[in-house]
Amino acid sequence: MGEIATTGNKGKGVRSDCFVSLELTDQDGIQLQVDSKVAVMFGEDIKRQTFEILHFFNIYNCKIRIDDSGALPLVIAARIEAAIKKIVKTEKEFLLPMLPVNQNPTAKDRNRFSRLYLPGNTPSLMINAGIHKPDGIILDLEDAVAPDKKDEARYLVRNALCAIDFYGAERMVRINQGERGLEDLEYVVPYNVNLILIPKCEHAEQIIAVNKKIKKIVARHSSLVNPIWIMPIVESALGVINSFIIANAADNVVSLAIGLEDYTADIGTKRSQEGTESFFARSMVVNAARAAGIQPIDSVFSDVADMNGLRETVLRSKALGFDGMGCIHPRQIKVIHETFAPTIDEIEKARKIVFAFHKAQEKGLGVVSLGTKMIDPPVVKRALNTINLAIKMNKLAENWRDTYEQV
Amino acid sequence: MSKYDKLVTNAAGRIVPTIINGRPAVPYMGVGKYRPDGHRVSPRLSSCVDFPADGNKLLPNLKEALIRAGLKDGMTISTHHHFRNGDLVGTRVFEIAHEMEIKDLMWYPSASFPCHEPMTKFLEDGTINHIEGSMNGALGKFTSEGKMKGLGILRSHGGRYQAVQDGEVHIDIAVIAAPTADFFGNCNGVNGPAACGLLGFALADAQYADKVIVVTDNLVPFPCIPWQINGNYVDYVVVLDKIGIPEKIVSGTTEVTKSPDRLLLAEWSSRFCDEAGLIYDGFSFQAGAGGTALSIGIYFADILRERKWKARFARGGSNKYLVQMLEDGLVEYILDGQTFDLDGIRSMRDNPHHVWTSPFTSYNYHGKGNFSSMVDIVILGATEVDVNYNANVVTHSDGYLLHGIGGWQNTLFGKCVILPVPLFRDRNPVIRDEVTTLCGPGELIDVIVTERGIAINPRRTDLIGKMKHSSLPIKTIEELKAEAEQICGVPAKPKFSDEVVAVVKWVDGTILDSIRKVAI
Repeated sequence: MGEIATTGNKGKGVRSDCFVSLELTDQDGIQLQVDSKVAVMFGEDIKRQTFEILHFFNIYNCKIRIDDSGALPLVIAARIEAAIKKIVKTEKEFLLPMLPVNQNPTAKDRNRFSRLYLPGNTPSLMINAGIHKPDGIILDLEDAVAPDKKDEARYLVRNALCAIDFYGAERMVRINQGERGLEDLEYVVPYNVNLILIPKCEHAEQIIAVNKKIKKIVARHSSLVNPIWIMPIVESALGVINSFIIANAADNVVSLAIGLEDYTADIGTKRSQEGTESFFARSMVVNAARAAGIQPIDSVFSDVADMNGLRETVLRSKALGFDGMGCIHPRQIKVIHETFAPTIDEIEKARKIVFAFHKAQEKGLGVVSLGTKMIDPPVVKRALNTINLAIKMNKLAENWRDTYEQV
Repeated sequence: MSKYDKLVTNAAGRIVPTIINGRPAVPYMGVGKYRPDGHRVSPRLSSCVDFPADGNKLLPNLKEALIRAGLKDGMTISTHHHFRNGDLVGTRVFEIAHEMEIKDLMWYPSASFPCHEPMTKFLEDGTINHIEGSMNGALGKFTSEGKMKGLGILRSHGGRYQAVQDGEVHIDIAVIAAPTADFFGNCNGVNGPAACGLLGFALADAQYADKVIVVTDNLVPFPCIPWQINGNYVDYVVVLDKIGIPEKIVSGTTEVTKSPDRLLLAEWSSRFCDEAGLIYDGFSFQAGAGGTALSIGIYFADILRERKWKARFARGGSNKYLVQMLEDGLVEYILDGQTFDLDGIRSMRDNPHHVWTSPFTSYNYHGKGNFSSMVDIVILGATEVDVNYNANVVTHSDGYLLHGIGGWQNTLFGKCVILPVPLFRDRNPVIRDEVTTLCGPGELIDVIVTERGIAINPRRTDLIGKMKHSSLPIKTIEELKAEAEQICGVPAKPKFSDEVVAVVKWVDGTILDSIRKVAI
């Protein structure tokens, strides 16, 4: 009797996943047993796919059992491959075709108001994540995955990066800390991941190490042309104190995020809704990010039922200078977008100023004025930012100036 | 007697029997194509001579009542489903029949629930020959596996009334579980420990059955006010310790969905209604009991509140959310078919604007009109939809019969019928080339809302025109189907044997489709 490898999940409440148990044998061919809730519709398909993968890995004698709760093919493939790799040493990878939409690059300065965390080993939450239109989705290999499931999650995350359409969301992955995190990169960098989140950042060296590894992997894949951005997360007192160094560690660092659960524990306190205890840290991160010319991003709000609390928190976050926030539930996305978006009043004021600015430029005037009031350059800059944002969020037409009449 | 005979292809292209359990049946001819001939059936005349002058129709127990009602082999026994999964009476009736060694009964419930699983044993031992009504869960599985002796017949709520009135089904004994009753048989559903709101589903039974037994666990002195069913229809009254389990009676899907995917369906559905101009001051809608339908009601409420509009009426299924709309002045009347929670029951009891209805007023197709065609917006579910907008609510894609029709077919006659459904459930695409079982003809289904796009029936050029510049993702149904199959793969069709195990009736009593035995 050989070793039995198991991967995936089964049982009550498990959906869109499967449980695979695999044992290599010496003879009798492939003995496959499939117990699927979609057996009538996809039983044959599951068998065909299983044989294809086993043959790909040169396995011709084994006992394999699949308890299927309606898993999509990309999930079944990830589970089987993960099981195989538990007991077979091989460099081969069973890769799914990369969807064309997953080959798109993302811009350095794109909106990152909302980024939705998706546990890296829970397929049911990944499949429809994109329809809720977050700015980014995070396939999380770190805290949201149980320690004994971290290996198999890599295959699921890799397949998700290839085969799930996230409908325009930036495809991010949070890697683990340390050496395991660097290994994680092998499973995501070759598959057009747009952004890597590095947890528990305290030193610039962590970012440099990640970039070094990325470079190494990219060098092996000539097809990789898209930039890979970095979002370090500071989650400790030391991280906060070093936040400018972290934000400035490399050219591809586009945002700096703060993780308050770990941070508050680190400074010996508890997280409160008002956030008094994290005021310094959050301001520090905002300042460090701004000084480095990148986006400061706030922590998540963890009570998914409390929409009013979320709205207040986002307002505070925006007031502190943050450009975005994490989400742990799709319902939070809309509230975050609405609250970070410029208000009608803000847009109106900005339109007046920007209009005056363009008029002054046309006339060759060095000074912008509204009526009898002179407008300082930083005010103009902020107004320009507001207008750009409003256009990006479809709250203002791009050619608004054509029809704008100054009042 | 064979279960069925003389198969023909009906107007929907489905092969259906025209002899069912020994009686002739008309194949489906198309929406509005079949006109009935003749008269409603007449119930047997009674005389006060045969009833106690003091009005006391109490008997000591249910068995006695069934014996006095003349229970014998081959009879049709009806029950209602207002107690939903908390019903203790339906199963009790057949336990007694079983004790008395009665055989070949037909059970004629207005719907069945998981609590009726024990009926499978009476189907197995021959106490029950077959069921006409709905076969849910275990009963559906039993039917699909070809174990039921007679042929099952699935009818809508309106179709059930129509079948009785037209004489297709003759009820020998109606057993009406009543949360409150007096000894004369006047009864209601608004009071008592087993309060369920109303008793509308038992109306046909009271009016047309040969013998009517009212069973209650809350006997009040005459008069029982209000009387939702008149004692003048009733033969016997029996008091039991407990007729229903309250927490299961009001355990319908009464909470708004928390699923983000379903909330998205609800948001898009309500935005669709708004952008298409279906919501206006004085509009009407059918309120559903499912989580998605409830959420749509909440979006409607927001729109009405913001614009200071009112809905003239909502057709229920009612629960606390709809009651809240009534009490906030956002809905003027609830025309209710069943109440799903205690707030619904309280409101129906106390608020004259919360009106109890019946399948006769709301759904009966062989009447002088009914309410369902007057409703502006109808939101429904489905297990499958096909590219011709036909929909299925009774079988799953694996071929198993699992649900009843309920009022689903009847409400299809509303002015705009919208089905919010996920594009796929786990790995199962909802949109098919052809539905496994045809329950609703595509010409009555207008809009399919999925989380990946909204399809408008090409017949509704008016809606297509109105949504031309919408920011909602309007797609063709073929595009949606292709999108699901790209993600899930193409599903294989279920394998059936040739044997028909049940039929689906259309609202006019014609045979719309056959359900076949699954091949195991």
